[in-house]
Amino acid sequence: MNQSTNIIELKHIVKKFEDGFVAVEDFNLEVKRGEFVTFLGPSGCGKTTTLRMIAGFDNPSEGQILLNGKSITELPPNKRPINTVFQRYALFPHMNIFDNIAFGLKQKKTSGNQIVKKVKKVLELVDLEGFENRKVSTLSGGQQQRVAIARAVVNEPEILLLDEPLGALDLKMRKEMQLELKQMHRELGITFIYVTHDQEEALTMSDKIVVMSEGKIQQIGTPEDIYNEPKNAFVADFIGESNIFNGIMTGKLKARFCGGEFACVDDVEEGTHITAVVRPEDVLITRPEDGTVRGIVNSVIFKGMHYEITVDSGKYEMVIRSVDPVNVGDWVGMCVEPDDIHIMIAEDHTNSFVVGVTKNNTLEYNETELDVSLTSIIRGSRETEDGGLLDANGVEIDVKKLRIRGEIQPQDIRLTDVQEDGLVQGYISNLIYKGDHYSYVIRTDIGQDFVVDDEYLWNMEDQVGLIIPTEKVNFSVKR
Amino acid sequence: MHKISFSRKALGIPYVIFLMLFVVAPLFVLIYYAFTNGSGQPTLQNLTGFFSDPNTLGTLFYSFGIAMTTTLVCLLLAYPTAYILATSKLKGQSVIIMLFIMPMWINFSLRITALKEILTWIEGNLAYYPFLNAVIGMTYDFLPFMILPIYTTISKLDGALLEAARDLGADELTAFLKVTLPLSVPGIISGVSMVFLPAMTNYVVLDMLYNSTYIMGSLIGSYFAAYNWHGGSMIALILLAIICLFTLLTRGAEDENPRGGALL
Repeated sequence: MNQSTNIIELKHIVKKFEDGFVAVEDFNLEVKRGEFVTFLGPSGCGKTTTLRMIAGFDNPSEGQILLNGKSITELPPNKRPINTVFQRYALFPHMNIFDNIAFGLKQKKTSGNQIVKKVKKVLELVDLEGFENRKVSTLSGGQQQRVAIARAVVNEPEILLLDEPLGALDLKMRKEMQLELKQMHRELGITFIYVTHDQEEALTMSDKIVVMSEGKIQQIGTPEDIYNEPKNAFVADFIGESNIFNGIMTGKLKARFCGGEFACVDDVEEGTHITAVVRPEDVLITRPEDGTVRGIVNSVIFKGMHYEITVDSGKYEMVIRSVDPVNVGDWVGMCVEPDDIHIMIAEDHTNSFVVGVTKNNTLEYNETELDVSLTSIIRGSRETEDGGLLDANGVEIDVKKLRIRGEIQPQDIRLTDVQEDGLVQGYISNLIYKGDHYSYVIRTDIGQDFVVDDEYLWNMEDQVGLIIPTEKVNFSVKR
Repeated sequence: MHKISFSRKALGIPYVIFLMLFVVAPLFVLIYYAFTNGSGQPTLQNLTGFFSDPNTLGTLFYSFGIAMTTTLVCLLLAYPTAYILATSKLKGQSVIIMLFIMPMWINFSLRITALKEILTWIEGNLAYYPFLNAVIGMTYDFLPFMILPIYTTISKLDGALLEAARDLGADELTAFLKVTLPLSVPGIISGVSMVFLPAMTNYVVLDMLYNSTYIMGSLIGSYFAAYNWHGGSMIALILLAIICLFTLLTRGAEDENPRGGALL
């Protein structure tokens, strides 16, 4: 019985391109009749490729697509009861609006009377009555968008695919169209599959969101699920703003991250490496002595409904959303309610740290200059003669505003007992034997924890130096 | 002290002088000769003479025939070529396009001479098939001018339009007939106008193929060779009128298709 309510099922879909690039990996999804499903992810995550496979423009390398329980994997697009609204509308420029909308009906050999009637009706639906004889080029972007929707909907498809349909519209128009699309979905009762990289759009419109990254599904759930209970750091980072920290469980319902020990509600075994996610609106600013962690206010930006406050706590950074302003330079404490901390078991233990920039436009960490220049991490950038920095378009970059993050894998860091040889120094605060190596947590003197894999045994509280080879560090510029 | 004011208009003066001297003035000279007789009296004799002389009219129709056939053959050869080149995802695509364009860079007389040798070898005597040889020579010479604009138009075509047609239920053939073909019309028009008009007048090709038949170009040449400037000018003027008419007609057709301008 369950079978009949699923309009479309994707089973173990893999898409591998000729050059070996795997765009979609083991994609499994069931969509119920009448649902509004959104594929959400950054560009290049495989969402459009998946949509194109449903439409029939691309064939999956492996796996099956079932429509009402029957395989349509090999069916060409013209044989599928599915219609698409294209990203750039793809209206036929040599036809008027009537002929554009009638195109699909004519292919189905609908009678002339019927076509005229249906086109008129669908133009009413999209609020473009009387536009039949207009040329495509005389329409505004928003109107072309409506025609594109009308052209797809008029065929009464079982599924309507929408590939970033609002991407080319301005913000105000986009908001309006979001509501209209949602309303249209309700009126028509057609299943919508919608592709976007805009998380707000996805949260507003969908019944179900499929978050994708690098060809894989990260999480499937309702907008509420995905916002409140992100499954991993990627989802947490992509949906809404988040503070994400690497950490470790230090006891029952106790987690250490961001340089402090927090009570939490997720029961994870002691010693487990975790990723902790805290939403900016869930951080409470307190007096320094009442906070779980303390820091200095780095910036305060007024955002209309609230202030966005950045606090530097040791080497960590916490973004806070608060209705009460504080002053830059204030010394504040920060607390988080236990059930506002989302603990996820870390799949990877990538160490992430914020690095500074020196006067020579090179990177700096722990007051040591690194042999890495800014031009090598900002693509297309170059240095001017007076020490400024230009980006690929020749626009000057304000070096002071750059926030640069370094990422290094635990196995790429080496421990040494000659502390001065290390880039940072600290002591071993935790160790777990992992079969062929030990996984250590080093609490450094500057307050940041590092996870290091090493095959040799060190003892708790040992003072060590961390050798961090810059060529193994992945530097990136944060927005 | 006066500051010399240098207006942008002044920059255009050399061009205006050039246009006056080498375009407008010769045109008036042409018109003058076309409508006067040997003693300088105004007359329509040259015009009526052209249209009443069966020989000149015959040449006009013969040129038309050659130009039409050449254009048609070029189009039939060029469209599929351009289409395949523009739509296939071959690795050596640019090399193949180069190969089609390269003949344009090789000296024209060398190419035609080579063609002449080949045709002589096949046919024995070039005099047997003057019409056929004229069409072969012209097609060989003008084919790249047909391929290039069509190729440019098709390769600039938004692939999403074809996908949209397929999405809306059209099979591959219907999608081609309803979308690709109509949208490549500007390229076709461009190609046709680059082949048709030269094919009516370029008698050098015929001369080099030892072709003794007359086309419009040879006719004008022969009038001037015989010092009949008046008759020659009139034929040149008539050709100019035909070209203008043709351009206006195709311009009108191009307006129907606002998108998809061609390279040439």
